[in-house]
Amino acid sequence: MITRLEIEGLALARGGRRLFSRLSLTLSAGEACALTGRNGAGKTSLLRAVAGLIAPEAGRIGFGDLDAAEARASGLHLLGHLDGLKSGRTAREELDFWTRWNGGTAEAATEAARRLEITPLLDLEIRRLSAGQRRRLALARLLSAPRALWLLDEPLSPLDSDWRARFGEIMAEHLAGGGLILAAIHDPLPIPARAVDIRADGAAA
Amino acid sequence: MSPALELFAREVRLAWGRGGGPMVSVGFYAGVATLLPLATGPEPARLAAVAPGMAWIGLALAALLSLDRLFERDYEDGALDLITLSPMPLELTCAIKCLGQWIATGAPLALAAPIAAIALGAPLALAPLIFASALVGGLAFAFTGGIGAALSLGARRGGLLTAVIVLPLFVPPVIFGGGALDAFASGLPWRSGFTLLGAYAAAAVALGPVAMAAACRNALS
Repeated sequence: MITRLEIEGLALARGGRRLFSRLSLTLSAGEACALTGRNGAGKTSLLRAVAGLIAPEAGRIGFGDLDAAEARASGLHLLGHLDGLKSGRTAREELDFWTRWNGGTAEAATEAARRLEITPLLDLEIRRLSAGQRRRLALARLLSAPRALWLLDEPLSPLDSDWRARFGEIMAEHLAGGGLILAAIHDPLPIPARAVDIRADGAAA
Repeated sequence: MSPALELFAREVRLAWGRGGGPMVSVGFYAGVATLLPLATGPEPARLAAVAPGMAWIGLALAALLSLDRLFERDYEDGALDLITLSPMPLELTCAIKCLGQWIATGAPLALAAPIAAIALGAPLALAPLIFASALVGGLAFAFTGGIGAALSLGARRGGLLTAVIVLPLFVPPVIFGGGALDAFASGLPWRSGFTLLGAYAAAAVALGPVAMAAACRNALS
């Protein structure tokens, strides 16, 4: 289980353009970090680099004593602005598939659906869901298979104010259970989180 | 159910599901078989001579039809990101996707191929060999086609790029498979052609996933 995330002197480039360099950040169990920055600053790219999808130009991303490949394979959830849900399949098919793919149990999936109040929606095709309902289904994936590090890209955007507060409770519980959260945001997170502003010359707290 | 079986079931359902998969390919194949006598003239002798070859052209082109959705769909909606974040090696994931593609579109085509060839006048004795070689050839088409589909991820007009990459890779199975059918029809030894087809399919199954996984990683980064 991931208990620590260490980013040291990280530099990322996309499409030949340097996004930022010398970014350093450490996160321990029970901590949340909110990444801010203008559009295109590299928030999403940073999350994808932590997930191992993008190779950094320089610097190191470590997970404490764990082997990075192993930690990424079974220790983190990535919630991007693309949610990976197939519009022609039912919510239940998608939730069940991702639960089993991520190593979760059927009971955990049922409980996650109940918690996010998507149980009555499970037999609908994804295309029939509203943006907020889709997002709640994507969030149910986080609960259906326990993984310590959550990488969230704009997790709140399609949610209404009630659900923003309730997702805040879910995040607070995750942190209380020893989880870590790294979130790219524009709207403030409903939980206490360290703020990191991403700028071209490195992050400023 | 293990994650591998789970993914396989998902892939087959996705390929089979709405928007067609097997029905599109089989329909396209039936269309080619219907148009052929109209284009070449309905003389039975001539049709019987070209029927096995036509079966292979139809198979190769029909296999090409469904390829662009193999990785593109998961890439566009972000599912490919999540699929890679798993203890399962990406190479195995790609192989399972291709197997699903083969079962969902290759197998129905293999069933349709002998029917179409016999309707065009190929001898009935040829049917088992047409079925077997279409099945093995379909495996080769799925795994070499997957390489093209993965390489063209994220490209505009990816379908065209896939076709350009994949057509040369489709040449050997067409030659071996068509050759075996031709030899069988004229009473010559046909085993060597069929064995070569099997060898090509085996090589594609072994090497294709490595190339696909590398191409997927490149597209995601």
